[in-house]
Amino acid sequence: MRMKYVMSEVLVGLWRNVTMTIAMIITMAVSLTMLGASGLIYTKVADMKQLYFENIEVSIFLNADVTDEQRSAISAQLESDPLISQATYVNKDEAFQRFQEMFRDSPDLLSAVRAEQLPESYRLKLVNPEEYKVISDQYTAIEGVDQVVDQSQVLDKIFNLFTAGQNIALVAAIAMAVAALLLVANTIQVAAYSKRREVAVMKLVGASNWFIQAPFVLEAVVAGLIGSVLGLGALAALKVFLFDGALSALQGLFAPVSWGEVFLTFPVMAGVGGLISAVTAWVTLRFYLRV
Amino acid sequence: MIQLEQVTKTYPKASRPSLDNVSVSIDKGEFVFFIGPSGSGKSTIIKMLLHEVAPNKGRVVVNGKDVTSMRSWKRPHFRRSIGCVFQDFRLLPNRTAYENVAFALEVIGKTKAVARRVVPEVLELVGLGGKEHRYPHELSGGEQQRVAVARAFVNRPLILLADEPTGNLDPDTSIEIMRLLDRINRTGTTVVMVTHDSNIVNQMRRRVIEIESGRIVRDQARGVYG
Repeated sequence: MRMKYVMSEVLVGLWRNVTMTIAMIITMAVSLTMLGASGLIYTKVADMKQLYFENIEVSIFLNADVTDEQRSAISAQLESDPLISQATYVNKDEAFQRFQEMFRDSPDLLSAVRAEQLPESYRLKLVNPEEYKVISDQYTAIEGVDQVVDQSQVLDKIFNLFTAGQNIALVAAIAMAVAALLLVANTIQVAAYSKRREVAVMKLVGASNWFIQAPFVLEAVVAGLIGSVLGLGALAALKVFLFDGALSALQGLFAPVSWGEVFLTFPVMAGVGGLISAVTAWVTLRFYLRV
Repeated sequence: MIQLEQVTKTYPKASRPSLDNVSVSIDKGEFVFFIGPSGSGKSTIIKMLLHEVAPNKGRVVVNGKDVTSMRSWKRPHFRRSIGCVFQDFRLLPNRTAYENVAFALEVIGKTKAVARRVVPEVLELVGLGGKEHRYPHELSGGEQQRVAVARAFVNRPLILLADEPTGNLDPDTSIEIMRLLDRINRTGTTVVMVTHDSNIVNQMRRRVIEIESGRIVRDQARGVYG
């Protein structure tokens, strides 16, 4: 009976102030979506870093007029370098093949470039990709080396972009969470005011504090949970329309977002949404009802 | 049953204490009037017995429990042993007489089955048999106060506190309510009533404690309004 009473009070409470309830749910949903998105970006960036760093190469380009002695000296040094796990020599013809492959969609560019114009190079795999700087310093100074290029520097810029995106999503999530919090507090105050007579009688006859507070707290929790379900829907929509839709052309670039990962954000969103609502409602009641 | 020991209460910002070194002892089954002008501190006593305000000095003991040191989370359970009636009835307007009384039972965890057994009984006792399903606005002032008394008494409390219960009622209705309180008192319930109504005090001839400016100026068994 008491459970039934509490639940019916919750539904009546949500319906009594339905515009406010909707506002509360929408803000909560947006905040939780941002939170979920930033969580997803975080795990994706970690995945992608691993993926990219495994395949990452440092290239040492040689001067056009490099002599055979210089080349073999470099080769010998690369062979014996403990920081390098693998070094592959690419001659002008191979470089031209790679070039043709890379720019096969731009025939103008292809016809303008001849094999002799492309530099010879060594493609290195490092034992630890983050030690690029040491390699770079060591080899740039050697006779016959034109420049040392590291792909990871380009990648770092991309990852910085992702991290910035993640931070923006987090800040937005926090800002919306504050708005949601204030809306919860306000909704609970209105609910407590409209039930002030019942509350006064309950206090008078000795109803326990949890019994007085439960309908209000649950009202906020239910709104928070509905918000997190909407947030899950928003993330699913983002996956379908953005990642699998508009951004599918960039598939090789991004690590794919799986449904499992999308659904895994739900417990987090529901937990955060429910907990924030419950605590806010409870604190509001402590001040407003003094129970 | 009720002891106030050298109780002093000064509200913040008040120039003089509402209660000034007040000591009173009320036995089980007594019927006591607190009388005195407005602002003399009568209502403060009721609030103290309900654990709503705490004294600055002294000790308040109700039902053998020291209210002064009682933690606020124990208050709900403590209140279940005390019934309360007020001048403004404090009924829920959207509930019938039956539902108002049943509400008081249900919110302290009694089942609907218990309510179905007990509520008609107590409504009968207060003389509202047959009017269970009327809403407060369909009842007269006296009948509304009967519902309030029924609600206060339905738990069979050890103490019934009444804060000017006849303040909004005409003299004849007031006397009916007093008869009801008297009947409740005869079941062994201690009744403490705050009132301005000299007529009632003079007719009842019960213990009268007069308060003026926070001090007890008279404590008389079988007293009159004076």
